[in-house]
Amino acid sequence: MEPIIRVRELYKVFGPNPQEGLRMIGDGLDKDTIFARTGNTVGVKDCNLDIVEGEIFVVMGLSGSGKSTLVRLLNRLIEPTAGTVEVRGRDVTRMSQRELIRLRSEDLAMVFQSFALMPHRSVLDNAGLGLEIAGIGRARRRERALEALDQVGLKAHARSYPDELSGGMQQRVGLARALATDPAIMLMDEAFSALDPLIRTEMQDRLLELQREQRRTVVFISHDLDEAIRIGDRIAIMQGGEVVQVGTPKEIIVSPANEYVRSFFHGVDITQVFQACDIMDSENIPLLAADITVGEARGRIARGAGNEAVVVDADGHFLSVVQAKRLGELTVDRPASEVAVEVEPVTEDTALAELPGRAARMPVSIPVVDAEGRFRGLVTLPRLVEALDRSRAAATGQGGL
Amino acid sequence: MEDRINIPVGDWIENAVDWILDNLEPALDGIAWFLGLLTHSFEGALLAIPAWLLVLALVALSWWRVSWRFGLFAIVALGLILGMNLWEPTIKTLSLVLAATAVALAIGIPLGIAMARSNWVEAALRPVLDLMQTMPPFVYLIPAAIFFGLGTVPGAIATVVFCMPPVVRLTNLGIRQVNREQIEAGLAFGCNRRQLLTKIQLPLAMPSIMAGINQTIMLALSMVVIASMIGAGGLGNTVLTGIQRLDVGLGFEGGLGVVILAILLDRITQSVGQRRRAAA
Repeated sequence: MEPIIRVRELYKVFGPNPQEGLRMIGDGLDKDTIFARTGNTVGVKDCNLDIVEGEIFVVMGLSGSGKSTLVRLLNRLIEPTAGTVEVRGRDVTRMSQRELIRLRSEDLAMVFQSFALMPHRSVLDNAGLGLEIAGIGRARRRERALEALDQVGLKAHARSYPDELSGGMQQRVGLARALATDPAIMLMDEAFSALDPLIRTEMQDRLLELQREQRRTVVFISHDLDEAIRIGDRIAIMQGGEVVQVGTPKEIIVSPANEYVRSFFHGVDITQVFQACDIMDSENIPLLAADITVGEARGRIARGAGNEAVVVDADGHFLSVVQAKRLGELTVDRPASEVAVEVEPVTEDTALAELPGRAARMPVSIPVVDAEGRFRGLVTLPRLVEALDRSRAAATGQGGL
Repeated sequence: MEDRINIPVGDWIENAVDWILDNLEPALDGIAWFLGLLTHSFEGALLAIPAWLLVLALVALSWWRVSWRFGLFAIVALGLILGMNLWEPTIKTLSLVLAATAVALAIGIPLGIAMARSNWVEAALRPVLDLMQTMPPFVYLIPAAIFFGLGTVPGAIATVVFCMPPVVRLTNLGIRQVNREQIEAGLAFGCNRRQLLTKIQLPLAMPSIMAGINQTIMLALSMVVIASMIGAGGLGNTVLTGIQRLDVGLGFEGGLGVVILAILLDRITQSVGQRRRAAA
């Protein structure tokens, strides 16, 4: 699929002589040397990204890693030193001022860390700012601003002023201001970082909810891996102005590119990232029909990988689990289903964190089913313990999964 | 000591003044005509209103914009002015202040905006503003009298020059102090330069600009008293007469009139700077 934002060889050098800085990057000198010799600061270095329509793309990094600069290069609040940014195939870096203003008011909205609301405007007029700038008439503007406020649950506060609202509510106004222009792309610069943890989680949920209603492309800047994992479809990790890794949350946790990336895992609960389907066994599990005899079942289990088999119906829906040791209690001609254990299966997307509790209440391995109830695999106790042990090690910085 | 260096700054200034007198006569006449018109219009309009009606209006304004206590103060203070038979000089002074302030704002606010937009303009204007503010105000009276003779107009011009710096500085400062993310928000939603100024920068700089306007009015008031030395009239004249006759009583009455006018103008203009809505 054609990416909605395509970034190629993008550089930003701040300082007295950016071009000289650029040349020194080309000569292979590092950021600190360039700064010491010329006073130029490398903000973003050789950035290449493809952001797909409809995804939440999180850019993560410590402060000073260039993530806030990167997001401002996308709508050219900061002029790039070299490279291209294409939005829907059009090169933003070559746009005239007029084209740029049009792009900003129609396609790209932005949400700021400090909310950046206008204290002299009511909530309604704040939400309608983008529309007002675009020259949309008062009645239409109010209507759309009110709709946007409704989407973030602030319709009742339309007449209030920003300083009468809590931080979380103020940022919802910031979000409504962005939504009101109905942009294809939302740039969110540390949008929830100034909020306290509970409100931050609530805002993340609200963002995900809004995404379910209408998918937009979101470029989300964050320094918090928990947040990135919660909301990100894909994450790019920046270090010293460079993008060091791009991938899904799982890919990044499973194989971090370097120590810097791994350092983000510290203290993060990655058992939320992994799901039942990531650690289940699905190969070589004997599937038995409901009317199979004990003798046949024994044979099938002996040829399988473990000491359990699963009873399914004709369409593959999970029914029960049969253990080899229980089959010994019956004669060979009895139906195996008599000793089968009927347990509650879990769905594929059940978080790893929930599985230990299930395992404790279950005499057999945990069966995993898809959304329709069809059997997908088993999470055995050894596999579960192993996964938990690895994630604990990752969280304390002792190695990845 | 005979041959010590002598830089004739005074001669240069005199030459410059002569040159202006010889060459810029029409421009000077134009300025004089305009300021004269403005001052006399204010004066004519304010004197045409019956004193009791104007007092009532000022009291109502004080009551509504500031507080009921200040409204009571306004009644007493304005009553005192009427009682001292200083109504007409007070109105003259007020007209001069209003005219000088209007001109100072019309020039000063755009200058402040220009300063905020360009570091170069700021660097160029800063020493000029320093000069305007620190030069003893009496010094302005000399060229004003030379260019425009004696009377209200040179007084008004000296006042404009003296009272302009605060509004220029505070407009510049107010715009420069607007939060970076708020500017970015304006730009990110597609503001052009004009929209950025009118929708983001000026409204957010408004408290600072209002403080500048307030300071400008206060300076104008202090200058119109001094300007009475070249015949600007009004309350300053009353004070001046008191000094010339060594009449302590008359001087004090004139001074009291100035103080009352200053307090009223200060509180009322300050209240305009505050947000026009009730607190939450």
